[in-house]
Amino acid sequence: MTSNKTNNVISLHAVKKRYGNETVVSDVSFDIQSGECVVLVGHNGAGKTTLMKLMLGLTRPSSGEVNVLGANPAVSSAIAQHKTLGYLPESVAFYEAMTGREVLAFYARLKEASTVDCDNLLDVVGLAHAAKRRVGTYSKGMRQRLGLAQAMLGNPQLLFLDEPTTGLDPILRQQFYQLIDALHKEGATSVISSHALNEVEARANRFIIMKAGNMIASGTLDELYQLAALPVRLKVSVTPGQTANVAERLGSATNISEINDQVLNLTCINGEKMPLIRRITELGEVVNDLQIMPPKLDEVYSHFMNNHRTDGGQP
Amino acid sequence: MKMLWILATKELRDGLRNRWIAAAIIVLGTLALALSLLGSAPTGTVKASAMDISVISLASLSVYLIPLIALMLSFDALVGEFERGTMMLLLTYPVKRWQVIMGKFLGHVLILFIAIFAGYGGAMLILTFVNGASLDGWQAYVSMMANSLLLGAVFIALGYLVSVLVKERATAAGTAIGLWLVFVVLYDLLLFGLLLVDEGQVIGQQLFSMLMLISPTDTYRILNLSMFDGVSQAAGIAGIASEAGLSGTLLISVLLLWIAAPLAATLLVFQKREL
Repeated sequence: MTSNKTNNVISLHAVKKRYGNETVVSDVSFDIQSGECVVLVGHNGAGKTTLMKLMLGLTRPSSGEVNVLGANPAVSSAIAQHKTLGYLPESVAFYEAMTGREVLAFYARLKEASTVDCDNLLDVVGLAHAAKRRVGTYSKGMRQRLGLAQAMLGNPQLLFLDEPTTGLDPILRQQFYQLIDALHKEGATSVISSHALNEVEARANRFIIMKAGNMIASGTLDELYQLAALPVRLKVSVTPGQTANVAERLGSATNISEINDQVLNLTCINGEKMPLIRRITELGEVVNDLQIMPPKLDEVYSHFMNNHRTDGGQP
Repeated sequence: MKMLWILATKELRDGLRNRWIAAAIIVLGTLALALSLLGSAPTGTVKASAMDISVISLASLSVYLIPLIALMLSFDALVGEFERGTMMLLLTYPVKRWQVIMGKFLGHVLILFIAIFAGYGGAMLILTFVNGASLDGWQAYVSMMANSLLLGAVFIALGYLVSVLVKERATAAGTAIGLWLVFVVLYDLLLFGLLLVDEGQVIGQQLFSMLMLISPTDTYRILNLSMFDGVSQAAGIAGIASEAGLSGTLLISVLLLWIAAPLAATLLVFQKREL
């Protein structure tokens, strides 16, 4: 089943998953290549967690094929590969009676990772002071940090992180992403689910947008911008009192969304951006400033969410 | 094997941590000592040794107590981890599902081993100091402890089956209690009632032996009371088991089957389970 030439670490083909009558994932296909950082985006209940469980072999698809590291993850012979895999579930649960250190050591032994790692990791996630306390006494944020630590055990080559930064303070988020970056530099592949888009924007190679079990878009940030074809906004500041004059000189084809004494807000589609900028610069000294504002990721996201109607019809 | 050991020692540590093992040792030890010291008084001039009497009374006690302890240990083992969500994370580690079951089983049997051998064994040592003991008495006592462990293992396995089949912990607890009632109380009552009604017309010795063998608790009883001459004489059932064709090997095989079958069923259900 391995196809090394394409270097696919994960490949899903026409995957469907039904629980009873409810279709949770319908007809999803994608490939993830070695070293990629792919973000699954979607509302709660869009099928992100189910996709992760399918890739982890915790559930089996109702139809279609799931292939992870060259094998079907749901068969027991694939389980040896889990040594190079890290997973952080959406709401992580631990054995409450054990201390943080013991929990981590237990998981390290299962992964045959060195237990020296444990102390380092506890330090990195800022739990060194609580290492000898029972997990039962941990706060939500501390559990999440312990969850991250266990996912990082044994330098995983493949990471599945289900909403990894919920409950983490901003500083810890930063540290967390630094950890992920470090793993990526060593060639790790990661699949992250999130609805905090701006946060993962800089790190993701690719986004997969899910809605009600369907994959409605997939691509790099640039590709998504093009797919969405959202207007670019330009803010032109001119000499006070000259806005009407400027508007006239730009021509009636120009889409002016707002105008006041010194500022014109223009919108245009991506393809017309450069000609418009040229025309603005040709206006001469009357233009004081020009700001170009590409659509925000959130806008792209809501564009896909609002414009794609699926059979499920979930808002 | 290493995986099994890692999982087993986790259970063992849990048992030590929540004082489970300590409590079981104290309960078993105190009851064994009380029964033995009180029970050895009325032997008087009868030839039965105090140790043999202890085996008889402890075997009768264990039939109730050991299954209860074993079920308390096991009913939560799987459903609890499903409910809390720890199973999901565990299964993303390089652990196979059969290893999860067998690792837990090994751990729980170890807990029971410690409880029985420390509790009953401790009482045995005290008895030896007080009354003295023969080699035969010791052998009967030690094999009674080993049989108790087997009986416990049967109910650990049964507890897992309950634990993997039900959806909630509360249901598992209720079902476990039901299981205990059936095997420890109701089945024997039913059998007894049947014998009274039948008056020996249909149920011959063969059929009766079969009916006894169906229940792991009855099998355990026969195993303890009939395998050592001193014990069976004191219990007043000398030679009955061998007449009925119930050898020690057969009885132990029945118990082993009672361990293997629920474990296999648990594994089968668990393999199919989606998380």
